Amino acid sequence: MGTVNIDVAYVAHLARLKVTQEEVEAFGGQLDGVLRHIEALTRLDLAGIEPTAHAAPIHNVFRADQPRPSIPPSEALSNAPLAANDLFITPKIVE
Amino acid sequence: MNLALEPISTLRARLRGREICPRDILAAIRERVEELNLALNAYVHHDWDAAMAEADRADLSLPLGGIPVAIKDVISVRGQPCTCGSRILQGHVALYDATVIGNLRRSGAIPVGRLNMDEFAMGSSNENSFYGPCRNPWDTSRAPGGSSGGSAAAVAAGLAVAALGSDTGGSIRQPAAFCGCVGLKPTYGRVSRYGLVAFASSLDQIGPLTRTVEDAAIVLGAISGHDPADCTSVDTGVPDFAASLGGGVRGLRFGVPKEYFIPGMDPAVERAVRAAIDHLAHEGAEIVEISLPHTEHAIASYYIIAPAEASSNLARFDGVRYGHRAKDATDVIDCYAKTRQQGFGKEVKRRILLGTYVLSSGYYDAYYLRAQKVRTLMRRDFERAFETCDAILTPTAPSPAFKLGEKLDDPISMYLGDVFTIAVNMAGICGISLPCGFTGGAGARLPIGLQIIGKPFDEATILRVAHHYEQTTPWHRERPPL
Amino acid sequence: MSPMKTDYEPVIGLEVHCQVRTRSKMFCGCRTQFGEAPNALTCPVCLGHPGVLPVPNREAIVRTIQTGLLLSCDIDEFCKFDRKNYFYPDMPKNYQISQYDMPLCRGGGVTLDRFSFPKDAQDSPCAAARKRVRLTRIHLEEDVAKSTHFETTSGIDFNRAGTPLMEIVTEADIASPEEAFAFLTALRLMLVQAGVSDADMEKGQLRCDCNVSVRPRGQRAFGTKCEIKNMNSISGVRRALAYEIERQIEVLGAGGRITQETRRWDDGIGQTSTMRSKEEVHDYRYFPDPDLMPIKTSDGLLDEARTRLIELPIDRADRYTRAFEVTEYDASVLASDLDMALYFERASSGASNPKGIANYLLNDLLSALTSSGKVIADCPVRPEALRDLVSLIDGGKINSKQAKEVFKEMFETGAAPADIVKSRGLEQVSDTGAIEALARQAIDAHPGPAQDFLDGKASALNFLTGQVMKLSKGKANPKLASDIIERLLRSR
Repeated sequence: MGTVNIDVAYVAHLARLKVTQEEVEAFGGQLDGVLRHIEALTRLDLAGIEPTAHAAPIHNVFRADQPRPSIPPSEALSNAPLAANDLFITPKIVE
Repeated sequence: MNLALEPISTLRARLRGREICPRDILAAIRERVEELNLALNAYVHHDWDAAMAEADRADLSLPLGGIPVAIKDVISVRGQPCTCGSRILQGHVALYDATVIGNLRRSGAIPVGRLNMDEFAMGSSNENSFYGPCRNPWDTSRAPGGSSGGSAAAVAAGLAVAALGSDTGGSIRQPAAFCGCVGLKPTYGRVSRYGLVAFASSLDQIGPLTRTVEDAAIVLGAISGHDPADCTSVDTGVPDFAASLGGGVRGLRFGVPKEYFIPGMDPAVERAVRAAIDHLAHEGAEIVEISLPHTEHAIASYYIIAPAEASSNLARFDGVRYGHRAKDATDVIDCYAKTRQQGFGKEVKRRILLGTYVLSSGYYDAYYLRAQKVRTLMRRDFERAFETCDAILTPTAPSPAFKLGEKLDDPISMYLGDVFTIAVNMAGICGISLPCGFTGGAGARLPIGLQIIGKPFDEATILRVAHHYEQTTPWHRERPPL
Repeated sequence: MSPMKTDYEPVIGLEVHCQVRTRSKMFCGCRTQFGEAPNALTCPVCLGHPGVLPVPNREAIVRTIQTGLLLSCDIDEFCKFDRKNYFYPDMPKNYQISQYDMPLCRGGGVTLDRFSFPKDAQDSPCAAARKRVRLTRIHLEEDVAKSTHFETTSGIDFNRAGTPLMEIVTEADIASPEEAFAFLTALRLMLVQAGVSDADMEKGQLRCDCNVSVRPRGQRAFGTKCEIKNMNSISGVRRALAYEIERQIEVLGAGGRITQETRRWDDGIGQTSTMRSKEEVHDYRYFPDPDLMPIKTSDGLLDEARTRLIELPIDRADRYTRAFEVTEYDASVLASDLDMALYFERASSGASNPKGIANYLLNDLLSALTSSGKVIADCPVRPEALRDLVSLIDGGKINSKQAKEVFKEMFETGAAPADIVKSRGLEQVSDTGAIEALARQAIDAHPGPAQDFLDGKASALNFLTGQVMKLSKGKANPKLASDIIERLLRSR
């Protein structure tokens, strides 16, 4: 089996996960191992096979456009690490 | 008689006969929790006063009137912490009741406590918990299994009458096998997922962990049903599971998949499961060998789909609206990265990285799409098998409970332990695990689980088979040596 | 030497985000309402709390399909929702439920009519060209929250989060800021008339990102494009594009290169500036949302959308010019307001002079409405009454001055014009004998002007006609009076 070399730093950035250099190495090794195991799948002949996204073949599950009461702002903000003036406060968003 | 150890049917009869009141049951549980939880670490939170108050209001005429049901820390109960065994949700108090909690309450049951688990249900040993591992009541140096380790340990040890767990790749059935209790993973869509903190949305189901099959049937009946708040919930009738338990096994045909007896599996497990199959044959069932040829790809495709969905599901834990937030961030991006670094444990990080990777640009077709196609093949395997049998008999796990720490840094070996349970989730069908024997020899006696897999929405049959097996064998009467 | 603007041509594509008009949000029951107190319209679902699940609002799906039909898009039988994964504090789940490879609508287009162009460009050849801007697709997704930025922190209000949002994507068919203006004006009008969106840009209900590049005229390959954000009016889009095109031409003309980047428009200073210089890697990791089931449009949705189709404003205007001989301009003004168009059609039904009705409507009626602060939907003059008024004028029963008086009373009291004419005794005198008598009287009283007319001073006739009108207390038919005076004078 070929070696996979997962770019842990790039993937961690996509996942917004800060990782240390030791973690990059440890995770890299472990994930390469897992991916090598998964590689077997890429050799399967899957031509003509439909993917299964859902266990049950149902469609058009909707709700009517019926408003329902919201929760009070105080409750919405009750778990917020930081809030002020009914807003969730975060460190400065830089665009 | 210790009320904490009685089956639901007995408790119900005594409640209705006014011999006891719901408070008495809670008091018995509380006493055992206070005595044993320190050693087992099954509960991570409880609010006895709230439970007592709810017990006093219980309507005893309802099917579960006055019966306490303990809840895995991944199911939302309004006003209670819901932390999923994670640091990132420390301090989070749920704003709403999961649909299963509403259903339980409508049946008269009292949701009690928060049960330990692998962080975000990711794990097979309960070692990936922010609260430290829960321990196996049969041998506290061993894992109770996972991710619903707290649920299985609490039920097995009499710290709960019944519990709810969640099962994405075996997380109800495997700990039930490790702890010697009954655990049922319902058909995908049978039980609402609204309020279950998602791990892998297309695989997750909530189900009961109990000491008897009848109790599993009763709790399943209470939590099942169509929910308009969950698009994946299926609008189909809920049979009276408890009423159809007595049918026996005569005339039923059971498939035994040759792929499920693998080299390297524990000989005690194989012996016990083979004996259970022989027993059912002796009881009048017909046994046929079947093949589920795509079993070998189950783990690979599961470890693409589940982490992929998880990486997206867990993106919301960012420290903005709830949960832990890193203190020393310079801007919001830095805040995310540090919050998630501090908030998530190793296994969760591994799976987030794996899931992010397999979905990332250029890899979707090679991994996720292929895994979804393999899923189609696995479903077909079962459809074909069920043309020739009514249920499938397999071991629940290839080994009994392993030692805490044994597999902690070997994720692949940990993942391979899910080999017998994962296919059921991938196919979206139902399965139950119940005790079918114990390991012998020196050291602790450890329970072994038999898995019975059923057709979609045919929980009634696997419950009936499990009940017959249970009633004609002694295993369910065994109690852990606490 | 500075480059000639005409050496280059711009290539523009738009991504229009438009809130779908519904009572509740896309995936939960919170109301969709602009201007509520912060975080007053939220619930665990639109706050992305652990364990919640989305349930799609059927109405939003029907209205998106309706929009697609209106814009001649193809509607596929099977569509689905996908997750678009990226982290941003205004996204409660850090993924947006959107549609990737199976959107609700594909293809289609918008025809640019002359009067959708800015006023100063309506006479240019491209305004007359009736160009069709092709659409790539329309998909349905959820809107994000709104953030406010402070000194060292930002504040987030999730009221808007989860509002159904259509994304309408054009091909790179647009060749000038004026065409972009016309596209947005025409599109907005259709969305509003169809009732699928209120499309108010100031409230952020309609937002537009522009992709713009320039290339030497005649070159096939596209130049490097920039994306411009942050325009909050259609004229702002025009200004931003004009600025950006000029900037790009200047850079290229000076031998420079355009860097692909996102630029922000500042309407106050009239400039675009770099927003994100180094493009963040976009790796959205799309995958089908496992919480949501596929959409089958043939199962009721398409049929329902079809029942809601309306005539496009451009088609309506064309019909007015064809069938009613209304000027192109008047037709487009009438068709731009559905209530006004319907009023006009009722008033014109069976009328002999729809053009006269259109005139009266667009001038007298509109100014009366404006000065009384009313809209056409609650106009006190019924369409049939307006038709009667115009036919009284056309039939010579009243003159235009009297008509104004009658109209004023119609607008105040809602009375029928014929009744007003009768009660006020305004019936125009068309009795030749009576007018002739008055004409003789006027000529006798003013011999000077009478002579002036005979000497070739035409305006003297107007004076004498005025005298007849005065003597008749305004009731005389002025045309008739003038004819009679002229005949009398010439026969002398």
